[in-house]
Amino acid sequence: MDEHDTFREELGAEGLTDPRETGRPHRPHPSAKEYIRIGMILAVLTSLEVWTSYSGLPHGIMITFLWVMSAIKFSLVALWFMHLRFDDPRYSRFFMLGIVGACVLYLLVLLSFRVFAR
Amino acid sequence: MATATVPTRRGGILRRPTATTGFWSWFTTIDHKKIGILYGVTAFTFFIVGGLEALIIRAQLARPDQTLVNAAQYNQIFTMHGLTMIFLFVMPMSAAFFNYLIPLMIGARDVAFPRLNAFSYWVFLMGGLFLYSSWFLGGAPNGGWFGYAPNSTTDPTPGMTFYALGLLITGIASSAGAINLAVTIVNMRAPGMTLFRMPVFVWMGLVVQFLLAFSLPIITVALFEMLFDRRWDTAFFDPTRGGDPILWQHLFWLFGHPEVYILILPAFGIFSEVLPVFSRKPLFGYQFVVFSGIAIGFIGFGVWVHHMYAAGLGPVANTAFGISTAIIAIPTGVKIFNWMATMQGGDLHFDTPMLYSVGGVAMFVIGGLSGVTHSVVPSDYQQTDTYYVVAHFHYVLFGGAVFGLFAGMYYWWPKVFGFRLGEGLGKLQFWLMIIGFNLTFGPMHILGLEGMIRREYTYPAALGLAFWNEVASAGAFLIAISVLVFIINAVRARVRHRPLETDDPWDARTLEWTTSCPPPAYNFETIPVVHTLDEFWHRKYAEDKEGRLVRVPAGASDDAPAPAAGHAIHMPSPSFWPLVAALGLPTLAYGAMYSWWIVGLGALIVVVAFTGWALEPGTAE
Amino acid sequence: MADATAGHARPVHVEQTSTGLPSTKLAMWLFLGSECLLFGALITTYVLYRGASQTGPYPQDVFDIPYTSVSSFVLLASSLTMVLSLTAAEKHDHARMRLWLLATAFLGMTFVGGQVYEFTHFYREGLSISTNLFGTTFYVLTGFHGVHVTVGILMLLSLVGMSSTNRLPEDPAFPVELVGLYWHFVDIVWIVIFTVVYLIPNPVPK
Repeated sequence: MDEHDTFREELGAEGLTDPRETGRPHRPHPSAKEYIRIGMILAVLTSLEVWTSYSGLPHGIMITFLWVMSAIKFSLVALWFMHLRFDDPRYSRFFMLGIVGACVLYLLVLLSFRVFAR
Repeated sequence: MATATVPTRRGGILRRPTATTGFWSWFTTIDHKKIGILYGVTAFTFFIVGGLEALIIRAQLARPDQTLVNAAQYNQIFTMHGLTMIFLFVMPMSAAFFNYLIPLMIGARDVAFPRLNAFSYWVFLMGGLFLYSSWFLGGAPNGGWFGYAPNSTTDPTPGMTFYALGLLITGIASSAGAINLAVTIVNMRAPGMTLFRMPVFVWMGLVVQFLLAFSLPIITVALFEMLFDRRWDTAFFDPTRGGDPILWQHLFWLFGHPEVYILILPAFGIFSEVLPVFSRKPLFGYQFVVFSGIAIGFIGFGVWVHHMYAAGLGPVANTAFGISTAIIAIPTGVKIFNWMATMQGGDLHFDTPMLYSVGGVAMFVIGGLSGVTHSVVPSDYQQTDTYYVVAHFHYVLFGGAVFGLFAGMYYWWPKVFGFRLGEGLGKLQFWLMIIGFNLTFGPMHILGLEGMIRREYTYPAALGLAFWNEVASAGAFLIAISVLVFIINAVRARVRHRPLETDDPWDARTLEWTTSCPPPAYNFETIPVVHTLDEFWHRKYAEDKEGRLVRVPAGASDDAPAPAAGHAIHMPSPSFWPLVAALGLPTLAYGAMYSWWIVGLGALIVVVAFTGWALEPGTAE
Repeated sequence: MADATAGHARPVHVEQTSTGLPSTKLAMWLFLGSECLLFGALITTYVLYRGASQTGPYPQDVFDIPYTSVSSFVLLASSLTMVLSLTAAEKHDHARMRLWLLATAFLGMTFVGGQVYEFTHFYREGLSISTNLFGTTFYVLTGFHGVHVTVGILMLLSLVGMSSTNRLPEDPAFPVELVGLYWHFVDIVWIVIFTVVYLIPNPVPK
C-alpha cells in the first residue's frame, strides 16, 4: 500500500470528497469472453494488415488502409484492454494530451522537412 | 494535541530508518519540507558556482584581445554557466519552492509520492555532481547548453558525453517530480479547495509539471541520439551518411522552448502571491491570470522554430512561427496588466519581497520587449547569435525568474526557518543587484546591435566594443557583491535568530501561513476546510458596511474541531531506498563511458533499490 | 494498518482524494501520456530518415515480414493474457491470476527473444547500428521498445513473486491493473512500429 493512504483517512473524515468511488465502472465490466473476442478481432486485423502490405495495392491506398487498421487496433487496446471506455474520462484526458500533442508536434516537424513531398 | 506516530522496525534485512531529526535524517527524509530545503541549499550552491563561471566570462571579455582563458576553456565555461544556471539553479530552486509550499498551500500533509520525491532530489544532486565531475575527467561540456550537432557529436573531448548523460540523469529527476507534483495538485487538495480556489502559485506549478512531463521525453530522445552518435557511431546527425543536424535543433527546441516557460512560470506564481500581500489587495483578475498561465503552457509548445529562423526552414515555417510567437506575448501581457491592477489603489508596502517582485516584473517586461523584436523574423536575422539575444534572455531569466526566486526567498524565509532575513540588508542587496544587473545586461543590447557575436572568447579592439563590455563586466562584479550581501544577511539573521512576533509576519492570504513557522512535520493539526479563494485572508478579515477590512475575532473560523486527544497522525516513514536508487544512475552513466562492468553494477543497484522500495510499506508500523 | 493474521496482507481502503481517483493510476496515465512523446520522437526520426540511407543493407534486404508478423501476434496475445490475469485478480483468484501473469511474461520473453534473434540475423547480414541511417534508426527505435518490454516482464514477474509470497492484498486487482496499463501501452507502441517500420513499404534505393 502506498503512503498516501494514511493521509486519505483524514480527507475523508472532513467530509468533502468526491462521492465517486474508485473502481466502479460507468458501464458494466467486460467479461473474459468479450476480451477474447477483442483479441480475435485484433488477430484478424493484424492478418489483414500483413495481407495489405503484400497486396500490391497502389501506394496511397495501401498506406491509408494500414494506418486505419493500426488506429483501430490501437483504439481497441486502449478502450477495452486499458479500460478507458469504462473508466473515468479524466484518465483519457491525460492520455489524449500526450497522444494528440505528440501527433501534432511531430507532424509539424516532419512537414518542415517536407517528408511528405518527397 | 496530535502527535506523529514513531514508526518501528519491521522485517527486512536492514533496519528501516526512523529518525526524523538529526544530521543523518536528512539522507533518509521523505518530508516534502526537508526535501524542499535540500533542493534550495543545493540549488543556491550551484548558483554561486554558475556565478563564478559568469565572473570568469566577464573578466575575460572586459577588454579586447585578452587571454585570461583560451578558446577551449572559454567554451567549457560558458557552456557550464548556462547548464548550471538553467538545470542546476533555476529549475531546482523552483522545485524547492514547489516542494515546500504546494502541500501547505493546498492543505495536504505531503505530496502524493513522498519517496519518489526524495528520489527526485537525490537524482538531481547526482546529476549535478556527475556533470561537474567532467572538469576532472577530461573536460567539461563545451558545445553550448543547446549542444548543436554535428559540433557536439563530433567533438573529441568527453565533455559533450557528460552533457548528454548528465542531462539524462537530471531529466529523470524532473520527470519523476513532474508526475508527483501534478498528481499531488490534482488529487490531494483539502476539502473545499476546488481548482479555482487554489493559489496562483499552485496553478503555475500545475502548468509547469505538465510542461515538464511532455517536453522532457523529447530531449531525452535527442540526448540518446547524441550519445549514440558520439559513442556508437550512429548516423543520426551525420551529414556524411545522410543524417540531418536540423533534426537535433527541432528535438532540442521542442523541449527548449517549453523549458523557458518552465523557468519563468514559477516566478510568475511568486509575483502573483507577493504582490497582493504587499498591496493588501486581492490579486486582480485571478481567473485571467490562471487562464493566461494555461494558455502560455499550450502556446509555448507551438513556438519552438523561432529559435531556428536562420536555420533555413524557409518562409512558410518562419512566418507561421513568427505569428505564434507574437501571439504568446498576449497572455503574458494579460498577467502584467493584472499585476499592475493589483497594485493600483493598494496600500503598498515596499518590503524586500515586494521590491523584488516589482523589479522582477519590470525587468521581465524589458526582456519581453526584446523578445517581441525577436519574434519578427527579419529583425531576428540581425539579432540572432549576437549579444542582443544574451541581453534578452538574461532580462527575462535573471531579471524575471531569478528576481522572482529572490522575492520568494525573502517572503517565505520566515515560514521555512522561523526568522526573517534582515530588512535593511535586504533592501541594500536588492538595489545592488538591480543596478548591477542593468549595468551588466543593458549594454548587451547595444553590443549585440553593434555586431558582437555570442560564444566567442574574445573580440578585437578595432571593433569598438570595449567600452560597453567594460561596463558590463563592472556590473557583473556588482551582482557578485550583492549575492555576497545576501549570504551575509542570511548568516547574520541565523546567528541572531530573532524569533518572529507572529506566525503570520506579512499578514498573508494563503493557507501555508496558518501553520507555525516552521510548520510541524505533519503540516496541519487538522486538515482545513476551504470555502473560498484566499481562504486564510477571509478567516482573518471581513468587510464592514463601508467595505473596510475588519479583523475577525480569533476563534471565529469554522475549522473542523481538533481531533480527540490520543488521535495520532500517521506520516509516512523515512527511507534510504530513494538515495540508494539515485546512486545507481550516475553509476550507469560512468559505466556507459568507461566500462560495461560498471553498467552492470549500476543496473544491479537500480534493480535492488527499486525492489526494496516496492516491498517496503509506506509507513512502517 | 498491518493485518496481524497470516495470509494475504492488509485490506484495501477506498482512496479519499480530490478527484475520487487513485493517485497511482492517475500517475500511470500521465506517465503513459509522456511516453507518447518519447516514442513519437523516435518514430519521427525513423520516418524522417526513411529512404535516406546512402548505402545498404536496406529494409527489403533484411526484413522477414512473416517472421515479424508472428512476433506481433505473440505480443498482441500477451495483451489478452494480461487482461485475463486482471479478470482473475478481480475475482480474487490468485492462482489463476499468477498463471495468466506468467503466460504474459512468457509471451513477452518470446517477443524479446524473437527480436534478439532478428537483430542477430540482421547484424550477420551486415546491418549494424552504425552501417547506415536505416540501421541507426531501426535498432534504436525497436531497441527502446524492447527495453520497455523487458522492464514490463520484470514487473510481471515481480507481481508473481509478490503474490506467491503473500505480499499482495487479498484483492490484488489494483497493482495488476497498473502493470497491465504499462504492458498494454508497450503493445500499442508496437502496433504503430510494426506498421510504420515493417509494413509500410520503404522507398527503393536508387
